[in-house]
Amino acid sequence: MQKLIASVVSRLVISVPYLWMLIFFLIPFIIVFKISLSQVTMAIPPYTPTIDIWAGWQGFINSISQFSWDNYVFLGSDPLYVKAYISSVIIAGISTFLTLLVGYPIAYGMARAPATVRSTLLMLVILPFWTSFLIRVYAWIGILKPEGLLNQFLIWANVIDTPLNILNTNTAVLIGIVYSYLPFLVLPIYSTLEKMDYSLVEAAEDLGCPPITAFWKITFPLSLPGVVAGCFLVFIPAVGEFVIPDLLGGSETLMIGKTLWNEFSANRDWPLSSAVAVVLLALLVVPIVLFQRSEAKAQESEK
Amino acid sequence: MKSLGSFRRKFAPWNDPEAKPYISFENVTKKFGDFTAVDDLSLTIYNREFFALLGASGCGKSTLLRMLAGFEEPTSGRILLDGQDLRGIPPYKRPVNMMFQSYALFPHMTVEGNIAFGLRQDGMPKNEIEARVAEMLKLVKLEQFAKRKPHQLSGGQRQRVALARCVAKRPKVLLLDEPLGALDKKLREETQFELMDLQMKLGLTFVVVTHDQEEAMTMADRIAVMDKGKVKQVATPAEVYEAPNSKFVADFIGNVNMFEGTVSTVVPGKVDINVPADKITIRTDATRDCSAGQPVGFAIRPEKIRLSRKEPADTSINAAHGELYDIAYFGDMTVFHVRLESGRIIKAASLNAVRTVDNPLGYDDMVWVNFDTDAGILLTA
Repeated sequence: MQKLIASVVSRLVISVPYLWMLIFFLIPFIIVFKISLSQVTMAIPPYTPTIDIWAGWQGFINSISQFSWDNYVFLGSDPLYVKAYISSVIIAGISTFLTLLVGYPIAYGMARAPATVRSTLLMLVILPFWTSFLIRVYAWIGILKPEGLLNQFLIWANVIDTPLNILNTNTAVLIGIVYSYLPFLVLPIYSTLEKMDYSLVEAAEDLGCPPITAFWKITFPLSLPGVVAGCFLVFIPAVGEFVIPDLLGGSETLMIGKTLWNEFSANRDWPLSSAVAVVLLALLVVPIVLFQRSEAKAQESEK
Repeated sequence: MKSLGSFRRKFAPWNDPEAKPYISFENVTKKFGDFTAVDDLSLTIYNREFFALLGASGCGKSTLLRMLAGFEEPTSGRILLDGQDLRGIPPYKRPVNMMFQSYALFPHMTVEGNIAFGLRQDGMPKNEIEARVAEMLKLVKLEQFAKRKPHQLSGGQRQRVALARCVAKRPKVLLLDEPLGALDKKLREETQFELMDLQMKLGLTFVVVTHDQEEAMTMADRIAVMDKGKVKQVATPAEVYEAPNSKFVADFIGNVNMFEGTVSTVVPGKVDINVPADKITIRTDATRDCSAGQPVGFAIRPEKIRLSRKEPADTSINAAHGELYDIAYFGDMTVFHVRLESGRIIKAASLNAVRTVDNPLGYDDMVWVNFDTDAGILLTA
């Protein structure tokens, strides 16, 4: 009896993450997918067909028969969406690269710092999370606007005469993304660098590598798992980012998150915005799954 | 005078006043903050020598090695290699290579890649690299493991890859930090001899850091015994064992019975020492100058003490009576612990040269211990 309870308990514990995924990811996704196959109408909810569970099996079949791929066809035929997807991926890609340029040295510096100050540095990286994300992005408006802190400083320092026009451009979006997602990149890289045996670098130097060569031949390749993890953590949310392009970007900024928001709230086109979301998910998930497969294969072959 | 029990090949440049040292530490001090790791140390090592730095952890032996490799700079003093002052020369420009205690094999490279690493760094032509790597793999008998990654190898194989990697560059000096520390006992013994063969074959100068005295004694031409950043004695293994220059060295190397007493009489060639604590008088060869009334130490190795039931002819000197308190049987030899009346334990070892003994010694037997006048060492420091 006790054994039975134990096995039930252990199964329950194991099933928690699966239940979580089922309730908070799979079911909502199915709902969104269902809506994306519907048509927009002036009603509450603003789409048709709705599944009426009281209508029985026949009603269900009727509803299903009204589903169509029209929204997806529309997404593919309207260059606005295609452009928005491409532009999102480009902006996310550039900002991921920039975040890596800024974040890697920070992670490296933290990992090589004396053990006594490391936890303080770690705290400093996490600290910005204690303020609302929205407030931090708003703060950048104050810094980047024509009469903002940055321009005031540059004019005072005689670097420029007329204020730079940064706010409401793609540059501002990039700055915002790099700033907001920096910790997501720093932390995984820091953890791989911190675990690395420093005597490997010493061995490389001993064998004739100047420090910079030793970095590129030893430290960097060994930190790649952290780099890849960090880049994904920045790239994926950045592609669908809405708040940053909305607040810091301008009319030229075309990102799929913003487009989705417009369709959803301004146009009240739930089916189309659902289709946008499903396509976005597919676009992101497919390469990630492929990448993870190849990683797993590579690890398998090493064993 | 009789010579010490050494059976080494005739290689002793340190006894040749003409010989030029290959590596010299001149008054080297290294401080880490308030802590002095190496304290005003001077040391010379000769070309083709197998030199061991022996000491407990924290004695400064690893720091000494790291200074030679270039990972640390001396706070003061200088290090010369083949007449060249090493100060300011970074590790990647020094003609020395180090084998790390952790082996520090690059996990993302194959065995081949690891061995070729230093050669590629030197810009050696590709075909020469291939030839050298093949030669090294053959040297350490790992030909069929060339394409493996380090994590697919056993501890002993990794050790050999690390060795091949630092030998591949044909350095002037090879530094080995606890080279056998991570191996099990059996493998360690085999590898000791492999290392010695390798050193002979390649004609390199080896500097080995170890805390294992047996390892140092087996492999090294000379041993530097270190304590608290200072060198206590530099000598051949036989000298360090049979003629330690201080109580510290006598105690650190091997097993020893140590007596503290005062010199009672000095006759030509002999010294009598009174040991009031154990009520015995020791007569020993006067290997060091001393005068009556001087407090001295006397060290004697267990294997140089005789054990018998029979009372020796002269019980007034170099003899004591006691009860057999403990017997440690090692197979090849047995160590007996004899408790004197004073409560003092004396260790006496005897070789089990025959398989069967009539009437063997047993627990609680009353026995006599005695030894010759040349069996122990008079210590004034």
